[in-house]
Amino acid sequence: MLLSEAFENGESLRRYCQENDIPIYEAMIRREVKLSEKPREEIIAEMQKNLDVMRASVDRGLSGKVESVSGLSGGEAMKLFKYGKHNPFSGYTACRAAASSMAVVEVNASMGRIVAAPTAGASGILAGALIEAGRQRGWSDDTLIEGLFTAGAVGFIFAKNATISGAGGGCQAETGVAASMTAAALVEISGGAPIQALDAAAMAMKNVMGLICDPVAGLVECPCIKRNALGAVNAMLCADMALAGITSLIPFDEVVSAMYAVGKDIRVEYRETARGGLATTPTGKAVAQRVKRLQGN
Amino acid sequence: MEDFSVFDIIGPRMTGPSSSHTAGAVRLSHIARKIAGEDVAEAAFTLYGSFAETGRGHGTDKALVAGVLGMDPDDPRIKEAFTVAREMGVLVSVEFSDEPPKHPNTARIVITGSTGQITEVVGQSVGGGNIRISEINGLAVEFSGEYPTLIIQHNDQPGVIAEVSHVLAQLNVNIAFMRVFRHGKGEDAYMTIETDQPVTPDMQSMILRLCNGINKLFVV
Repeated sequence: MLLSEAFENGESLRRYCQENDIPIYEAMIRREVKLSEKPREEIIAEMQKNLDVMRASVDRGLSGKVESVSGLSGGEAMKLFKYGKHNPFSGYTACRAAASSMAVVEVNASMGRIVAAPTAGASGILAGALIEAGRQRGWSDDTLIEGLFTAGAVGFIFAKNATISGAGGGCQAETGVAASMTAAALVEISGGAPIQALDAAAMAMKNVMGLICDPVAGLVECPCIKRNALGAVNAMLCADMALAGITSLIPFDEVVSAMYAVGKDIRVEYRETARGGLATTPTGKAVAQRVKRLQGN
Repeated sequence: MEDFSVFDIIGPRMTGPSSSHTAGAVRLSHIARKIAGEDVAEAAFTLYGSFAETGRGHGTDKALVAGVLGMDPDDPRIKEAFTVAREMGVLVSVEFSDEPPKHPNTARIVITGSTGQITEVVGQSVGGGNIRISEINGLAVEFSGEYPTLIIQHNDQPGVIAEVSHVLAQLNVNIAFMRVFRHGKGEDAYMTIETDQPVTPDMQSMILRLCNGINKLFVV
C-alpha cells in the first residue's frame, strides 16, 4: 500500500501500519515529510514547539488565577488541582488531567497562548491528558511528541471524512474529536497496537456523540472549559478500556461517518451560534446581556 | 482537506480564545496592512455579524488592532494591542455595527498610510483561523491568504494578464489560482494570483519592469 493511500480512513491507516510494521505516529511523520518536503528533524522540532506551548499553558493555568476577558471564567482549574490531591472520586490521575485541561482553556479565554488541538475551544484535552499522563509515567518529550503525531493522524481522519468545527458538527466535533485523538495517543505510547488506538478513538467519540455546541454569550468559556475536563477523562477511560482488551463494536470509520451524519442533523441553533441549549437558558441569556453591556463601554 | 498538514490539526500555536474570532481576525488585518503596503498611521475597524456580537468578549477588537500593527496570531502582545498602538503612535478606532453582513464574521478595515493614502479592505473569518479577503477599495476580490498571493492593480486592457502569467512561467512560479476583477469595462482592474512558490521582491520588480499597464503590485 502506498503512503498516499494510507490516510483515506482508519482502516487504510491500520493496514498501512500493519504492512510496514510501524505505529500510527510513524506513518503520520512519514506523510508530513512527504507533504512538506522538509526533513524529518525539522518536523519533529516543530512539534516540540507545540509541546512546549502546551506545557506552558497547563503550567500557567495551574499556577495562578487567570481571568478571562469577559470575566466569566478563571481560577477553577487551580481549585480542582488542589482538591484532587486528596482522594477525589474521579481518581488522582483523572482529576489532575481534568484540571490541566481546564487550565489550558482558561488560559485561552484570558487571551493567553495555546495550541489548537484540533480547535482552540478543545485545546485543553490533548495537552492536559497527555502532559499529566507523561508526568506520572515519566515519559520523555520524544515519547510525548510521538503521541502528538498519533493524535494528529486521528484528527486528520475526522477532518477529512467528517468535520472538526463546532459550527460544522457541534461540540462532538471539537471536544469529541479531541478526546478521540487523545485516547489514541495514550494507547499508542503505552504500547498498544494501531487497532487498539483506533478502538479507543471510536469509543471516546461514541461516548459524546450528538453533543451540541451551545456557548453562553457565544464565548469559548461556558460550557467549553468543563467539557474539556470531561474530554480528558473520557480519553483516559477509553484508553484504559482499549488497553484492557475491550474493542469497539462499531469500527472507527463507521463511528466517524455516524458522527458526521449526526453533526449535519444538529440544528444550526446548536452549532456554535449561541441560539439554543445553555446559551438560551434564563441565566445564559442574562449573562449574555451582561457581557454585551461590557462591550458597550 | 487533502493537503491538511498535521500542524493544521495539532496547531496553530495561537493567542486565544477563538481561532475564528481572534486568530482569524489577526490574520485578516495583518493582510490588510500588507495590502496598504506602507506604514500604518491610522486604522478604523467596523465589525459586523458575530464579530460585532461577541467580538469584545473574544478580543476581536484587540486582534484586529494587533494584526494591523504587524503582529502574528501567536503574538503574546495581542491582549495589549491598544496600548502597543498608542506607543507606536498609530490611531485606532473600532465600531460594532448592527448592519447584517453576508457572512457572519466580517470586518471592514480602513487604513490611512504614512503617506496619507487610504486603503479599504473587507474580509471574513471563515473558521479555524482561515480567512477570505472579499473587497479591496470597493472592488470585489477573493483570496484566502493561504498561498503567497500576488495582487496587481492594472489597466483593463488586452495583454496585461498574458504578460504577467508569461513572466511568472519564466520565473518558474506555478499559478495555483488566478482571478481577475474590474469596476467596469476599460476601468480599474485587479488580478489576484495565488502561487505555489513565493514571489520574491526580485521577481516582483521583474514583473513591474517587463509588463505594461500595471499600476500597483504587492504580495501578501
